[in-house]
Amino acid sequence: MSEIKLVDLVQALDLTVSAGAQDLEKPVAGGYASDLLSDVIANSKEGDVWLTLQLHQNIVAVAFLNNLAGIIIVNGRKPEEATVQKAQDQGVVVMCSAYPTYEVAGRLYQLGVGR
Amino acid sequence: MTPRAIVRSAIRKGLSMIGICDHNSSRNSEATIRAAEGTGIVVIPGLEITSSEEVHILGLFPSMKEAQLVQDHVYGHLPGVNDEEAIGYQVVVDEFDMVDDLDQALLIGATTLNIQKVVNLIRDHHGIAVASHVDRSGFGLFSQLGFIPDGLQLDALEISKLTDSDSAREKFSQCTDYALISSSDAHSLADVGTAFTEVEMSEASFDELRLAFKSSHGRRIVRTCRLA
Repeated sequence: MSEIKLVDLVQALDLTVSAGAQDLEKPVAGGYASDLLSDVIANSKEGDVWLTLQLHQNIVAVAFLNNLAGIIIVNGRKPEEATVQKAQDQGVVVMCSAYPTYEVAGRLYQLGVGR
Repeated sequence: MTPRAIVRSAIRKGLSMIGICDHNSSRNSEATIRAAEGTGIVVIPGLEITSSEEVHILGLFPSMKEAQLVQDHVYGHLPGVNDEEAIGYQVVVDEFDMVDDLDQALLIGATTLNIQKVVNLIRDHHGIAVASHVDRSGFGLFSQLGFIPDGLQLDALEISKLTDSDSAREKFSQCTDYALISSSDAHSLADVGTAFTEVEMSEASFDELRLAFKSSHGRRIVRTCRLA
């Protein structure tokens, strides 16, 4: 696959989009998985799609700060209402997967994300 | 660590006021308050609540009544049962250091309450909310959530004995926006008093401490201290 976009991930992994449905054409440069927001701020890269189980609205600020492609909330969790609101306000894409981090990461890698 | 031994250690270390905050439980606060009667040591009841984001927040309360109500709420939102073989006995003691009960909740776990709900719960019960060991890489507010979200009504931030207040303010700029305290987070008797905070108050009491955290009426945090 040449350029992978968020919409490709949504389709391939059957993700639910909680916020930012209008921005799914964003390209995905790589992936990052971590639940410590301090670590994500320090180590994620621009264009990464970020896998986390954190639901707090600070995840939106972190994604915005590092200009990430989007957030995938794992393991069937749902973002808090304030998180969805903030994501809509700031144009951050928030998606949800029923699978745990390990499996989402594996599937993304298989699709070619970050390879 | 038992109430009488904790009080004796506090006296020996020259402390005036201590907080008793077990993980997600205030069940040992009352016995320590009783054990300190007549010694001059003031004991603040409380608990260290683990939010759903795995941030530790200390709740300090004016009396056992509020601490108890908050603890009941926390227990109602704390899944799991303790495994004594894997985790150890969670002893509840009386003021004579005698075992009253073995708590069966999974106190090491996280509540299902998010950080905003935890802080609101503490404040709704007239408590003081302090983010624990914010400098640490585990269970600290900055490690878990990156920064302090807008509108979170914390009364103070606590730094561990691994750092001093100047370094903390340099590393985490939001430390300058809050009262900054240091305490030992003692998990053994030897740790009692290894870090503490000097506070200017008219007496050692919960209400005075609250004023000091606000830098109000001439009360203030003088400095954080740690023993080498």
